[in-house]
Amino acid sequence: MTKVSMTVNGKAVSGEVEGRTLLAEFLRNNLHLTGTHIGCDTSQCGACTVHVNGKMVKSCAILAQEADGAEVATIEGMANDDGSLGVIQAAFQEHHGLQCGFCTPGMVMAAADLLAKNTNPSEADIRSHLDGNICRCTGYHNIVKSIQAAASALS
Amino acid sequence: MPKDHGIGAAPKRREDVRFLTGKGKYTDDINLYNQTYAYFVRSDVAHGKINNIDTKAAQDMPGVVRIFTGADFEGVGGVPCGWAVTDKHGEPMQEPAHPVLAQGKVRHVGDPIAVVVAESLAEARDAAEVLEIDIEELPAVIDMKAALEDGATKVHDDLTSNLCFDWGFVEENKAAVEEAFQNAHHVTSLELRNNRLVANPMEARVAIGEYDAASEDYTLYTTSQNPHVIRLLMGAFVLGIPEHKLRVVAPDVGGGFGTKIFHYAEEAFCTFAAKAVGRPVKWSASRSEAFISDAHGRDHVTKIELALDENGKFLAVRTDTLANMGAYLSTFAPSVPTWLHGTLMAGNYTTPLVYVNVRAVFTNTVPVDAYRGAGRPEATFQLERVIDKAAREIGMSPIDLRRINFIQPDQFPYATPVALEYDTGNYGATMDKLIEIADIAGFGDRMVESRKNGKLRGLGVNCYIEACGIAPSNLVGQLGARAGLYESATVRVNATGSISVYTGSHSHGQGHETTFPQVIAEMLGIDESMVDIVHGDTSKIPMGMGTYGSRSIAVGGSAMVRATEKVIAKAKKIAAHLLEAGEGDIELANGEFTVAGTDKSVAWGDVTLAAYVPHNYPLEDMEPGLEETAFYDPANFTYPSGAYACEVEVDPETGKVEICSFAAADDFGNIINPMIVDGQVHGGIGQGIGQALLEHAIYDENGQLLTGSYMDYAMPRASDMPSFSVDHSCQTPCTHNPLGVKGCGEAGAIGSPPAVVNAVVDALADLGVTHIDMPLSPNNVWSAIQAAK
Repeated sequence: MTKVSMTVNGKAVSGEVEGRTLLAEFLRNNLHLTGTHIGCDTSQCGACTVHVNGKMVKSCAILAQEADGAEVATIEGMANDDGSLGVIQAAFQEHHGLQCGFCTPGMVMAAADLLAKNTNPSEADIRSHLDGNICRCTGYHNIVKSIQAAASALS
Repeated sequence: MPKDHGIGAAPKRREDVRFLTGKGKYTDDINLYNQTYAYFVRSDVAHGKINNIDTKAAQDMPGVVRIFTGADFEGVGGVPCGWAVTDKHGEPMQEPAHPVLAQGKVRHVGDPIAVVVAESLAEARDAAEVLEIDIEELPAVIDMKAALEDGATKVHDDLTSNLCFDWGFVEENKAAVEEAFQNAHHVTSLELRNNRLVANPMEARVAIGEYDAASEDYTLYTTSQNPHVIRLLMGAFVLGIPEHKLRVVAPDVGGGFGTKIFHYAEEAFCTFAAKAVGRPVKWSASRSEAFISDAHGRDHVTKIELALDENGKFLAVRTDTLANMGAYLSTFAPSVPTWLHGTLMAGNYTTPLVYVNVRAVFTNTVPVDAYRGAGRPEATFQLERVIDKAAREIGMSPIDLRRINFIQPDQFPYATPVALEYDTGNYGATMDKLIEIADIAGFGDRMVESRKNGKLRGLGVNCYIEACGIAPSNLVGQLGARAGLYESATVRVNATGSISVYTGSHSHGQGHETTFPQVIAEMLGIDESMVDIVHGDTSKIPMGMGTYGSRSIAVGGSAMVRATEKVIAKAKKIAAHLLEAGEGDIELANGEFTVAGTDKSVAWGDVTLAAYVPHNYPLEDMEPGLEETAFYDPANFTYPSGAYACEVEVDPETGKVEICSFAAADDFGNIINPMIVDGQVHGGIGQGIGQALLEHAIYDENGQLLTGSYMDYAMPRASDMPSFSVDHSCQTPCTHNPLGVKGCGEAGAIGSPPAVVNAVVDALADLGVTHIDMPLSPNNVWSAIQAAK
């Protein structure tokens, strides 16, 4: 077991992990941040998407030890300071961009990554950016609408 | 002007807040004190004899608590099948044993052989690596036609063959159907495959078993669409645990689509093992494991024939289908290719004669059961494909051919030749709406534009009808269901007027926590925020049947309405007492009881308080309290219907299909929340387009699943989908449930695959292509183009 330390949603955390422990497992099992979901075992579905040092990362695709010292952001840190929904989260609720909610944390983190880089994405930009995030409920229609609305609200 | 509350309004979903902030509580988010972890060791061959399992080395690995094999389950019941089909000779289907862990033989890749229970999942996996399992691989039967040949290897040695049943429907019509075909002006026939799919809810299955030795109570947390059904099946048929000692909890569930209806061996294992090891036992499927252990969907091979007269009127439909059951009978598997499929073969049309033959076949593959639509997509696909082919053959527009055969609005209620009685519908109206929203008039211009870019543009149109809101218990009992299909609701009014509704319906994405309160708010005239929905826990809720078959609002919602009506009736008596008026003069509106024709009134909250603080209360006539339960058993199925259109561009050089637009005009009867209905249709269309273009569970000849992960199984992604145009303004309310609702959960998945395939075949018709089997991958489309040359 090795000790890892990182900042998650602005808070310093640490824990003991095996070499093989994935960042997703560390977040869920050690930190009890269960908003990060694991939907596959081939790094395809994106339910576990988080930000590591400002970059969108599938947390099942890196080891916890690789994130030692990093700044990590998860869905639990996306609300406003007063607990109300952040702009992207609110847009997903407003436009029914989620149904079962399982892929949703990854979708919100992916949307935040896109909108940080591109404040005025086209529908094609959005669909392309979501290539690594699978949703089985919505047919993506309302996810795209939600992200378009969030882009408008942020600009 | 859209409403801002109650039925027909679109309040934002209250469940979204927890899902959007990472505070949803899915089964895998639950961790119990002192829990152990189960890792299933599964067969890597499709068919084999287990010669020996040596657990010695694995038992000595670090962290191992106990290793279970089939020997531990010899005295335990098998996983039951919940639907018995009688074949066309009056004989019962062949029903093989389905042990929790393999007994002597394995019958599909993924069949569970042993389970390592350890202190951590990693340790359980490590120990599984050194478990020595000696399996003698046997020849496997994968192809259904081969499985039915004389001398074929049998999946189950104790059965007479691989034929589960040979079902004919309606058997008495068979001769008349033959005669209609002999005398027909034109006959169109089509052979097709309805591709095998994997449901793939984004949350894979999880089960956690817990046992309290002091009280002898078991608890199972599981990813289920119907926790009471699991309690009944597992308690009564597998483990012999009476219901009062078994609690089943299905918390937030990350999608179901049918595949979380069924009772699975892993649930029984974790419940059983929790007692055996004296600690909670948790199992979480990996996605790869889900591919070889979740029940698959579809997988029919069909020949359909349509007989027409000289005017294009349909005279008869005849079908012959092979339906894959896989290696064992999953919970509702036999119902899918039979009663959920054959009964839909009249479609939206006045076809007077139908004969459906279905042979269900055992193969060495994962069991096949209901997946979104369950039998109805298979029926709709073949019928709407053969109609399209017929239109082309007789030189009539596919829309006109459908129109002249529609059941007309004045013909309802309409008894079909396949046992259903449609209560309402207006198929011409949904077709008119579709023509408008899909801008079908502009297709010709768009086709010319596509041609300029070297693309072939096609338009596909189809109709669908489904029988859902499943279902009248006495009817399904006659058809072989080993369960009732009512729903329950308890409406508990609290002293200060807030309400908790305990419903047997289960929400795994449908938004019941938002829509069910809209109904109560409408009935009582109170704010929706005063109503909460409780579901998914057998310790809290009366016996309920759960959510599938688009039944939640039609059956569960109706139960809630009936219970609320009882609440209102009692509350009016209390109000009459408080207002010193006759009960018949009391009216309830806007959360207030008034005496008709006077200004005397008493508020909802004063009446509810009187029910629980009965100081001024007719105690001699009535019990205190305000809580009512209703069980609602529907009188008929509901019949949503609609018309769908898809436009595609095909690149003739590569075979790549691009969906340019997709439009859906549905009739769901009355609508509770249009935002959620739109979302359900979008999702259904997404899965239907997935089936039509991308998805296919492919086995090789040895029974290895070649598409066993998201690397190989082509899940639809955002860039595969267009935006959709959906409309549900055509509304013919259901005549037999109190809300006039029909259900909308499966429609999109039922109605969309034929639209896509009809569109692609339309695009390629001039090249001589008449059919392509799904999925319409570039390879399959390109090959069809080459073959037609």
